[in-house]
Amino acid sequence: MLTIATGNKAVAAAVRQVRPSVIAAYPITPQTEIVEQMAEYVTRGELDSQFIPVESEHSAMAACIGASITGARTFTATSSHGLLYMHEMVNWAAGARLPIVMANVNRAVGPGWNVWAEHTDAFQERDTGWLQVYVSTVQEAYDTTLMAFRIAENESVLLPVMVNLDGFLLSHSMQSLETVEISDFIPPLRLPHAIDPENPAGYGTLTGPDAYFKFRWDMERSMRDSAGVIRETEDEFARRFHRKYGFVDEYRCEDADVVVVAMGTLGKEAEVAADLLRAEGVKAGVMRIRWLRPFPRLDLAGRDVVVIDRDYSFGFGGVIAKSLAATARAEPFSVIAGLGGQEVTYDDIAEFVRTRSPGTEYWFGVNDNV
Amino acid sequence: MFEVRIHSRGGQGGVTAARLLALAAFRDGKYATACPFYGAERRGAPVVSYVRIDDHPIRVYSQIRKPDLVIVLDQSVMDVVDVLHGLKPGGVVLLNGIGPYPLQGFSSYTVDLTGIALRADLVIAGSPILNTPVLGALAKLGIVSVDSVKKAIAEMFSDPRNVQAAETAYRELVV
Amino acid sequence: MTEIPTEEYILKCTSACAGCSDTLTLRYVLKAAGPDMVLVVPACCTSVIQGAYPNTAMNVPVYNVAFAAAAACASGMSAAFQAAGRKTRVIVYAGDGGTVDIGIQSLSGAFERGTDFLYICYDNEAYGNTGMQRSGSTPAGARTTTTPAGKVQTKKDLDGIVAAHNPPYMATACAAYPRDLFKKVEKALSIRGPKFIHVLAPCPPGWRFSSEKSVEMGKLAVKTGMWILYEREQGKVTISGPSKAAMIKPLPLEEYLAPQGRFKGIDAASVALLKAQAEKTAKRLLREEEGTC
Repeated sequence: MLTIATGNKAVAAAVRQVRPSVIAAYPITPQTEIVEQMAEYVTRGELDSQFIPVESEHSAMAACIGASITGARTFTATSSHGLLYMHEMVNWAAGARLPIVMANVNRAVGPGWNVWAEHTDAFQERDTGWLQVYVSTVQEAYDTTLMAFRIAENESVLLPVMVNLDGFLLSHSMQSLETVEISDFIPPLRLPHAIDPENPAGYGTLTGPDAYFKFRWDMERSMRDSAGVIRETEDEFARRFHRKYGFVDEYRCEDADVVVVAMGTLGKEAEVAADLLRAEGVKAGVMRIRWLRPFPRLDLAGRDVVVIDRDYSFGFGGVIAKSLAATARAEPFSVIAGLGGQEVTYDDIAEFVRTRSPGTEYWFGVNDNV
Repeated sequence: MFEVRIHSRGGQGGVTAARLLALAAFRDGKYATACPFYGAERRGAPVVSYVRIDDHPIRVYSQIRKPDLVIVLDQSVMDVVDVLHGLKPGGVVLLNGIGPYPLQGFSSYTVDLTGIALRADLVIAGSPILNTPVLGALAKLGIVSVDSVKKAIAEMFSDPRNVQAAETAYRELVV
Repeated sequence: MTEIPTEEYILKCTSACAGCSDTLTLRYVLKAAGPDMVLVVPACCTSVIQGAYPNTAMNVPVYNVAFAAAAACASGMSAAFQAAGRKTRVIVYAGDGGTVDIGIQSLSGAFERGTDFLYICYDNEAYGNTGMQRSGSTPAGARTTTTPAGKVQTKKDLDGIVAAHNPPYMATACAAYPRDLFKKVEKALSIRGPKFIHVLAPCPPGWRFSSEKSVEMGKLAVKTGMWILYEREQGKVTISGPSKAAMIKPLPLEEYLAPQGRFKGIDAASVALLKAQAEKTAKRLLREEEGTC
C-alpha cells in the first residue's frame, strides 16, 4: 500500500506487521511517536501484543530481556538519554544473545538539553554487541525495521539490532511510504536457548576467567557471521519487494575521484551536493554507511575522501573518519558537522569537498579550527 | 522543486498543515516531504514547518532558505519573525486574516481561516483549527488539486466539517 | 498440618556460607512454587550461591539479571508467558540492596502496572555479597563495613512502600518458621497480580554470630518483636501466630542484640531507636488488624 508517513510511524507500521509478543517502552523526544503508535495499535486491537508501559528505559530493556528469553519476539524504542540510561541492559541483551529489535531516534546528549539529531548517543553503544544500522528515508526506516527482525532472529546471529534514524529530520519528516505484505519474509522466532522449566538451566550464572572469554568470542563470531546474513536478507528483501540498500549505499561512486562518506539524512543530502559538484566538473560520489556494526569494508583506494561525522569521540576524533583511516587505509578530510541538529546543507557539503584538506579535521562552524 | 514555509504558533496546527499539504501533493502524484523544525517550543511559541514538492524524489533535509510560498497562520508572529526572509522575488504569501495585506515585490493573499473555523465550530481546546481550511486556500492558489485536498483531509480527519471548512476557504479566497 | 513436599529444587552443591538462611528460605520457596516456574535473580548472594558456570545447584530455570532490573525483567517475562498462554510462575528472588535501594524503581513500576508475579526480598540487612556494606535496610546501630561506628539512620520501611502500591497480597516471613513461610508462598502464588513477601534472613558472617544459630536468630528476631510476621490480603492485615504470641509476652530486645557481633558496643540511644521503631510498627499493625486506622 502506498501512503505517506513520518519516520517514526514507518517504524511503528513495520513493527505492527512483525507482531512482537511483547513491547516495552518509555517515552522520550523525538521517539515518543513510536511508543504512542504502538500503544494505539494495541488499544485498537490491531496488534495482539503485550504493551508494557515501563517506568524507565532501564526497565524497558530489562522487560524486553525477560520476555525475549522465554522465546518471545520483542521490540522497544528509545533515544539519546533513554538509550544511555538503559546502557547496562543494552550490554545485557547482547551478552544474553537475545534478538531484540530497538529503534533509536538519534539525538544529542546533554547538557545542554538538545533534542536534535546527532549520532553520539548510538555510537556510545557501538561496542556492546548490537548490530547497528542507520537509515536515511521514511521508506528505508520501514524496510530496515522489517529486515532487522529477520537478521536478529537468524540462528547464526542471535544478537540484538538497533535501527537508527535521525531525530526530527527523519523521525518527524513525512515522506511517501510503500508498505508490503511480509508473508513469510520473517519466519517465526525459534530461540534455541529459550527458558524451559522442563529442562531447567541457569542463565547468566557466575562465569569465571576460564570461560567468560569464550562467550565473548562467540559473540564476535556471530557478529562476523551476521555480515553474510545481512547480505542474504537484503538480497531476499530486494527479490521480494524490489528495494535494495546494502551495507553501504553508493551514489555515483563508479568513476568518482572524491567520495563523501556520511550516515543517515546527511548521506542523502550529500547526494545533492555530489550532483552540484559534478555540474562543476568535480567527479564526486557518496558512500552512505548503513551498517555501522558489523563495520563495512569500503573501497576508497585512489580516491579523496571527505568524511562527515555527526558524532565525536573527545580526544580521538570523528569516529567514522578514524575508523576508515584504520580499516580502509584512507586519509580522510574529517568534517565534524551536524552536532545537536546543526544545520548542514548540500551547499555546505559541496564546500567541504571543494576545500578538502586530506588528513586534517575541520569543525564546521567553528572559527578557530586548527 | 516547490518550497513552502509555514509560520504559526505552537498549537495552531502548522505542523499538521505541512503534513496535510505534503499528503495532498502526494495524492496529486508528486513527491513531497514535510519537515517540521521543532524547537523546545510550547503552545503559543512561534513555530516553523516546511514542505517540499517535486516531480523527483526529494533528498534534501536542511531547512528551506528560499521558499516559493510563505504561509502565515497567525499574523502576530510577524512582530517577532521576519516571515519574508529568503522569499523568492515575486513569491507568494498566504496570510490568515481579513482584508488585503499588500507586500512590496510579492503576491499576497488573505483568507479568514480563523473565522471559517469558528463559524464551523472547528475548535480544539479553545483554539480554532486552521490546518484544514488552509488546504482549501492552497488548492485555490493551484498548489495542489481540490480533489487531493479533500482526500488528504479525509485520510487524516474523520470529522466531515474539516473538508467543508477547506471548501469554504476555497470559495472565500479571492485570487 | 501443612505438608511440605519432599522434592528438592536446590541440590546439595551450593556455594552458600554455612548456616545461610537465604538458601534455607529459597529451599522452601521453591518447594511451595513447584517446578513450572522461573526464578529471576538480580545481583545478590543468590547469584553466587547457585554455583558457577557450567554448573548450577538449582533444579529450576534461573534467570540472572542486572542489579536494578529484576522486577522489570519479571514484568517482561510474565507478559511473554501470558501472551503465550503459559502458566509458568515468575518469582523474583532479590536481596535487600537490590530491593530497597537500587531496585526500588523497577519494583515500584512492576507493582504499579499490576505485573502478575511474586517478588521475594530476602533481607540480610546489608550488601552481603560484596562484604557487608550498609543498605537502606540495615537497622540503626548495626556495624557494617561502611558504618564502622554503627548505622545512624533507621531501617527503611520497605513494607510501607510496597503497601502503598496496594498489592493483592503481601506478607513477611522468616525461614526460622518454615511452615509459615511455605504457606505464605503457596497463598501468594494462588493469587493473580503483584505479590510481595519480605523475608528476614539472618546472616552468620554478616551479623557476626555462629553458623549454627541462624534459625535461633530468626526466632529471636520474632520473639523480641524486631521482626513481625504478618499478612496483608487485599489490604487486610493478619498478624501471624508466632508474632501474636510474641506480642503478648515479648522477650527483651537485648536477647536478640547480644549474640550479634554487629551490635557489639551499640549505644543506648541506638537501642532506644530500635525499640521505638519495633513498637511503632507493632502498634500500627495491631491497629490495622483491628481495622481502626
